[in-house]
Amino acid sequence: MEVDQLQRSFLEYTNSLFRFLDGQFGQLQLLQDESNPEFVFEVVSLFFEDSERILNDLTLALDQQNVDFKKIDAHVHQFKGSSSSIGAQRVRNACIAFRNFCEGQNVEACRRCLQQVKQEYLLVKTKLEALLRLEQQILAAGGVIPMLDS
Amino acid sequence: MVAPSSFGNKEDHQIVGCLHMGHLHLPTTHTNCHNNGKMVIGSSKKVVANQLDEEKRVCALVVDDDPLVRKLHQMFLNRQGLDADVAENGKEAVDLFASGMNYDLVLMDMEMPVMDGPKATRELRAMGVTSMIVGVTGRGVEADKAAFMAAGLDDCIDKPLNGGAIIAMLDELAKKVL
Repeated sequence: MEVDQLQRSFLEYTNSLFRFLDGQFGQLQLLQDESNPEFVFEVVSLFFEDSERILNDLTLALDQQNVDFKKIDAHVHQFKGSSSSIGAQRVRNACIAFRNFCEGQNVEACRRCLQQVKQEYLLVKTKLEALLRLEQQILAAGGVIPMLDS
Repeated sequence: MVAPSSFGNKEDHQIVGCLHMGHLHLPTTHTNCHNNGKMVIGSSKKVVANQLDEEKRVCALVVDDDPLVRKLHQMFLNRQGLDADVAENGKEAVDLFASGMNYDLVLMDMEMPVMDGPKATRELRAMGVTSMIVGVTGRGVEADKAAFMAAGLDDCIDKPLNGGAIIAMLDELAKKVL
């Protein structure tokens, strides 16, 4: 495929992600340059690892006989922080809602929140993976990843 | 030595302020700082040979329990020519200073396990640490932010950080030191 075409696809796809990724993601892309060519990939990979660990911890915590809401709140807070640092706004919003239910100490409601957060995470994960694949295709075809207007 | 007249626009002057600060004899020992040999300046992406003495390089400490956030903040700082060490919680940060490390700038997360931001800030100030400490908070309760400031912060900013916030912080740091 032509580099031009790939770059256009990349820009179109990035623009279509505005509901899932806010301006913060653009900030990350700005940090990528010749001396840090893999930066976005590294940060996104870290986000996946981080998220999966937190989601596992949350699942376990909500499965306990005596649910430790303080612990759950701490996990959700961390997830809120990392998702907002990468620009995953829907995940962040789901975390905010989750924390509200934590305060209410309602196990069932929290389990529903966890499902919601998981769903949003999987959605953004799919989008990010597709974006990274497009980046790889552009690089493999000898092109450069186009910069976006922040 | 980098001459101010070689920079064209205002944004570069802000970074020059930081470079000049780097030339001053700061009362710190940066035993952990690496002399990378390069300094990238803001959006103009000029690469300037790092002629600063290792002793005088501006050093920062990123304190946050989330590895993603640590990496990100470290990168934002590196991009402005600062070396940045990391700590996972307030206690690690306090231990670093207690062991003789010193930093010009500390980015302190508010909520952390083991020892949170406000407690760590109080301890650092009680130890006589005069570094610039900037609290980093998730958008939230104003009262919490006020309490954090009262612990001894120089400033408090919202997560997530971006390039502009870092530059503004460095301007403040330059004013503090000059």
